[in-house]
Amino acid sequence: MDFQIALLLGQDGLTNGAIYALLALALVLVFAVTRVIFIPQGEFVAYGALTLAALQAGKVPATLWLVLALGAAVTAIDSAQALRHGATRRLPRIIAVNLVAPLLLWLLLTSVDLVGLPLIGQIALALAIVVPLGPMLYRLAYQPIAEASVLMLLIVSVAVHVVLIGLGLLFFGAEGTRTPAFTEGTLDLGATTLQYQTLWILASSAVLIVALYAFFGRTIYGKALRATALNRTGARLMGISTTMAGKLSFTLAALIGAFSGILISPVTTLYYDSGFLIGLKGFVGAIIGGLVSYPVAAAGALLVGFLESYSSFYASAYKEVIVFTLIIPVLLWRSLTSHHSEEEE
Amino acid sequence: MKQKKLLASMLLAFSATAAMADITVGVTVSATGPAASLGIPEKNTIALVPTTIAGQKVNIIVLDDASDTTTAVKNAKKFVTENKVDVIVGSTITPASLAMIDVAAESETPMISMAASRAIVDPVDAKRRWVYKTPQNDAQMSTAISEHMTNSGVKTVAYIGFSDAYGEGWSNEFAGVAKARKLDIVANERFNRADTSVTGQVLKIIAAKPDAVLIGGAGTPAALPQKTLKEKGYKGIIYQTHGVANADFLRVCGKDCEGTFLPAGPVLVADQLPNDNPVKKTAQEYVAKYEAAHGKGSVSTFGAHAWDAFKLLEAAVPVALKKGQPGTKEFRTALRDALEGVKNLPVAHGVFNMSATDHLGFDQRARVMVKVEGGSWKLVK
Repeated sequence: MDFQIALLLGQDGLTNGAIYALLALALVLVFAVTRVIFIPQGEFVAYGALTLAALQAGKVPATLWLVLALGAAVTAIDSAQALRHGATRRLPRIIAVNLVAPLLLWLLLTSVDLVGLPLIGQIALALAIVVPLGPMLYRLAYQPIAEASVLMLLIVSVAVHVVLIGLGLLFFGAEGTRTPAFTEGTLDLGATTLQYQTLWILASSAVLIVALYAFFGRTIYGKALRATALNRTGARLMGISTTMAGKLSFTLAALIGAFSGILISPVTTLYYDSGFLIGLKGFVGAIIGGLVSYPVAAAGALLVGFLESYSSFYASAYKEVIVFTLIIPVLLWRSLTSHHSEEEE
Repeated sequence: MKQKKLLASMLLAFSATAAMADITVGVTVSATGPAASLGIPEKNTIALVPTTIAGQKVNIIVLDDASDTTTAVKNAKKFVTENKVDVIVGSTITPASLAMIDVAAESETPMISMAASRAIVDPVDAKRRWVYKTPQNDAQMSTAISEHMTNSGVKTVAYIGFSDAYGEGWSNEFAGVAKARKLDIVANERFNRADTSVTGQVLKIIAAKPDAVLIGGAGTPAALPQKTLKEKGYKGIIYQTHGVANADFLRVCGKDCEGTFLPAGPVLVADQLPNDNPVKKTAQEYVAKYEAAHGKGSVSTFGAHAWDAFKLLEAAVPVALKKGQPGTKEFRTALRDALEGVKNLPVAHGVFNMSATDHLGFDQRARVMVKVEGGSWKLVK
């Protein structure tokens, strides 16, 4: 291996690692706030990319029907609850957010020329369709059992993952798609060339990570999420709604997932089921951070990216084995170094 | 008395329908799971096949095995015990088909597989007596590639394939024919269907400086190594396998696939076949039927394997009907024998000439070399 190959592999590892890092952060966020191991995280990657591809093909993406259906279900459940408690004042808001907003989106999609829209408009539309799925899924699948054990929440996660994969095949078909790059072309750096899209991925990941940092450190909502993560009961006593915290963390996770998908779909072909493996690699990163530490999770995800890239050069047949075997020494090390406090579950 | 009469007439009616039993076909396809891009066109094709053969109504039961071996076997067992089928068609992929052989042999039901591996029908032993298949062997396809390579002056080849049975099978097949033709394999790499990057493998291939690269993948995932090769400036000839022969591959691969060579069933370029080719008419018939139902350009070679399976049945059932009634063991045995006796039957993928030792029955007419030109398939003369 000469210097140039090492450089190219490093660049590839960094690009993949940046995406894994974003997903690892989302996984840590969701787990810290709601104790849910969010296996369907990867599905948002695929949904984001494939929804954008459908928009670019001039079709109304089938994910919209899912948003409408879930929105109707949430409206029905929340309205019934509100009526039972006599809180009719809450009704207009429930209906506006879960029913009227998706319908308006539908109207917008059918009235504008999707193909002729600039890329940024298409991306905004794709995100507007996919991101609401996050809080809606939380409301329907997780909120009713928010106080259940981690294991039960994990089992529900598996179920949601399987359902979303099945729907993905139904919505998008078995074949994959690619979307055009944000900026076409490559940058010549002498020793190596760099696709502009790679720069986009790295820059967007960095901006998102800094934005999350600022969100948690400086905004009231971010602080509320952190408080909930530290101590649910304590946060509730301070007047922080854990339901709000759960929905917000799922919204962020869906946003990060869908945007990651949109970022990488110009450099690789994405399928209805590719999200799972990408999410799993982010999960390995999150595990390295013990599902609590954001910086360690991001660093772990970058490590996964590099390991993947270099092992694909040396032993391509064993690449996945090498990447996922990483989790064993990490778990061993974590179980030896961290002291256990037997919490009641 | 009246009641007894009614009962008697009902019994009579019942036995009459039993005597005129319909032919029951159990089809298991991988319409979901990793092989869905092959299974879905097959499933679509099943909806287009004739519903009567030789005046007998054909009942077709279609089940999905989700590309899963256990489910495929479960489906096959359900077909023979509950539905009492006369013939099993399926499955889409090799591992599932191999596992179904036992069920077919045990219940003495003929089975026609739509999966590629030669191991499904070779050697024809006590169990495989009951098993036939419609797709070409990988060996037929790999000889076509190596022949084309030698004719184009290629001396060194790099291989990159799926890290599963498909990629492994091609690696072995190609290593065999390459040795015979004195082609030097300078790199042998693997990638996963779901991989988002193959930069490492491609860099290693480019460093080995091969004259040509063979990509052993199926469907749109096979576009990734090709796009990366072009992106990293590879200038040699690129070969793909017949696993990529659908419109989605061209859509995803775009201009990076221009000039790619691949072997494929003649149905892929049905309209470009010379008029004296016996396959042309049947291939065009299938393409016309499929595109009428699913839109122009929707046809793929995979669906044609299902079409060919039913063409085999159309040829064999009239012969078998002379020996027994559908639903009986005699009929199933007769159908097995009749399938073995199919001769000179032109179908969408070639011409079947079955024998007691060959349960595929395809010759060199079952494959053509195709080049990607201007975003579509062009027959290489």
